[in-house]
Amino acid sequence: MKNLSLMRLSIWAYLAIFFAYLLGPLVIMSVTAFNSPEFPRATPWECLTFEWFSALFHDERILNGIKNSVLVGFGTVILSVAMGLAGALMLTQIWPKLRATYYTIIIAPILVPGVVIGISTLVFWDRINRMLGLGADSFLSNGLFLTVIGQSTFIASYCMLVLVARLQRYDAALTEAALDLGATHAQAFRKVLLPFMKPAIASAAVLAFLASFENYNTTTFTFGEYPTLTIELAQKVRYGITPAISALAFIIVLLTVFAALFNEANIRRKELVFEARKGATVEELSSGRFKMPGFLSSNWAAVALVVVACATVVVVGTATVYSPQQCIANVQEQKRLETEIRIQELQRQRELRRQQQEAEQGSTAPAQSQPADNNSGFGGVFAPNTLSGEEESGAAEPAEESSGFGGAFAPSTLSGDGN
Amino acid sequence: MSAGVGVDLENLWIRFGDFVAVRDAKVHINGGDFFSFLGPSGCGKTTILRAVSGFLEPSEGQVLIGGKDMKGIGPNKRPTALIFQNLALFPLMKVWENITFSMEIKGASARERRKRADELLDMIALPDQGDKLPSELSGGQRQRVAIARALCAEPDVLLLDEPLSALDLKLRQHMRTELREIQKRVGITFIYITHDQGEALTMSDNIAVMRAGVIDQIGDGKTIYNDPSTAFAASFVGENNVFRGTVKQVQGDTALIATNRSGDLLARVSSANQGKMKAGDDAMMFIRPEAFALAPVGSEGDHFVTATVTNEEFEGNAFNIFMEGDGGKEMKVSLPNLGQSFDSHKGQSMTLQYDVQNAVALPAGDLATE
Ligand SMILES: Nc1ncnc2c1ncn2[C@@H]1O[C@H](COP(=O)(O)OP(=O)(O)OP(=O)(O)O)[C@@H](O)[C@H]1O
Ligand SMILES: [Mg+2]
Repeated sequence: MKNLSLMRLSIWAYLAIFFAYLLGPLVIMSVTAFNSPEFPRATPWECLTFEWFSALFHDERILNGIKNSVLVGFGTVILSVAMGLAGALMLTQIWPKLRATYYTIIIAPILVPGVVIGISTLVFWDRINRMLGLGADSFLSNGLFLTVIGQSTFIASYCMLVLVARLQRYDAALTEAALDLGATHAQAFRKVLLPFMKPAIASAAVLAFLASFENYNTTTFTFGEYPTLTIELAQKVRYGITPAISALAFIIVLLTVFAALFNEANIRRKELVFEARKGATVEELSSGRFKMPGFLSSNWAAVALVVVACATVVVVGTATVYSPQQCIANVQEQKRLETEIRIQELQRQRELRRQQQEAEQGSTAPAQSQPADNNSGFGGVFAPNTLSGEEESGAAEPAEESSGFGGAFAPSTLSGDGN
Repeated sequence: MSAGVGVDLENLWIRFGDFVAVRDAKVHINGGDFFSFLGPSGCGKTTILRAVSGFLEPSEGQVLIGGKDMKGIGPNKRPTALIFQNLALFPLMKVWENITFSMEIKGASARERRKRADELLDMIALPDQGDKLPSELSGGQRQRVAIARALCAEPDVLLLDEPLSALDLKLRQHMRTELREIQKRVGITFIYITHDQGEALTMSDNIAVMRAGVIDQIGDGKTIYNDPSTAFAASFVGENNVFRGTVKQVQGDTALIATNRSGDLLARVSSANQGKMKAGDDAMMFIRPEAFALAPVGSEGDHFVTATVTNEEFEGNAFNIFMEGDGGKEMKVSLPNLGQSFDSHKGQSMTLQYDVQNAVALPAGDLATE
């Protein structure tokens, strides 16, 4: 009995650690999007602010990156799903002995590093471009085109894997039945095979879009004049990071949660409808008196979806009326006071030290040990300042002046980024 | 019988690599006939059907439909409709959409299709079930939907590939009569495939018995049952008792066979083999269980069989008596229940007689294993 509860406890602990590991970074990042300091951090909590969202939506480069990412995403979805479907169909048609070889070849792009795909795409199309005698501004060297082509080389393989899984459950006799009933091959494809593949095509499209959206390795070589969001983010981080990026991450997380819940709710609803249809009598079905279950009835995912949606509406509503100016001003005032107290403390200590030095000018040993102690004291005082000082470089300056040690720490390095 | 469109197979060969699936098939199927191909699993029945419907090109020979060579004409251009062994109903379409798929292909409006579907649903006795999905139907209902879907295409020839094999016995028997009735109503040629001889006999105008790619015999049910032309056909269609031996003497259409176990017995030479059997040939003689009658004790002669009883059972309408037979297989005797009683027990010897007309002499050959 005891063992069992211990076992349970450790399983729960394991789960907690596991989920903390999985979701912790996302949660922390989301929190930083609402905290006022200019460097993304969750603690100490200063002021609730929505200004990072507005900063995000005023950042031309981010917005442009999103636009390019979406363009590339759609292009990649169309190309990859089409190629993936063709590849999957081919796999079922090909001579069985060649199947394994064909499979390996078509999966290979997944195993090739994205960097290599990026470079080779660039080189290959550049060659073609030159062979055709086109200039540097031709369509073939257009960043969007190259990125779509480059990403699709391996994303199409992912799509094919998804589509093959569904295709293997397809009964080829269905196509034959359609042909036998007079359909052309194209009609059989469109009316029988394609509807069957639809769920897998939808999954493949979502997968392709996400894979394209988050791609960096390949895109970094091919983007040309069309930097995608990942490229822009990477360049931004190089010059310092602001909570605006957290805000973007938060939006993406929220959208993902929405999509996942929506999908789950839909699946659940379909199950319910299916069960209801099974239970319905023939008369109910044919007379149309058959009652569909409501979207929300015994559908936890739908309930969660509605809750999240309400929460979002409330937060957005608050954001439009809430102003953190007062809070920020308070915090600044408080910081100023703290800094002043610290400066005074420092000056007092320095004074004390000088007096000591003057008093014991003859004996060196105690005089040397004393500043060493003070040094560590400095470090202790300034450690939090390395994080908190950056918004108030002005307030920190006196400290810089007053001690050679303090200046060696953060304020200059961090505030330099902020400016 | 010139109502429908006939089908002819002329010296049809179908090979898969070195494997010969159909060997030199020559079949004439009358228009409007219910024609069955009967044979054990793997003998090439489906292959023949696929050649007729156009999914397979013959390696040699021709398929003629209505006298027209079908070479190079695809399945969607042939006047045939195939009902698949596993039905192949479109799982995502409702029943009425399934049934009228052939009309959708031709661009008919949903209204027309709905109307036609309702007519066909009435015909297959499934009114008001058009809005269900195939997965919501029972096996027998699905079966009928598949038939309606094929009929909706208005084919000249309907091809059915063991459509009843997935159903339970009761439903199978019911569907047999139903199929036959539908065929009479629409009056088109049905080509039906089965490995169930009972099915073939009850439904067909004519039957082709197949064995390993070869067509052994073509004829109506009575002929195939009473006058088989090969040992395989005799043993595959219906129950039969075999007596192996050699031909001792042939006189007109009767042969005297020296059997291995039961002495010299007389039998009628099957009509396909008349003039082909001569003294000294290996032969087989077949007598059906119901062709025997009890003989007075101690009778001897060329139409009496004496053997030891190994088992007996009472079937209601008949007594089945099993006796030591030829080649390790029990001999089965079926005596109609006319209120009489038998004093037969296991281990006892029993004498039976038969009418020579009901015993068939055939050249020795492979027997059906089933
Ligand atoms: N595509 C193919 N390639 C190679 N051999 C094949 C092919 N199709 C059928 N065969 C072979 O041809 C033979 C006949 O097959 P067929 O499907 O016609 O049998 P069947 O009489 O319909 O049997 P069943 O009653 O089990 O359906 C079988 O031995 C099978 O292995
Ligand atoms: Mg078959």
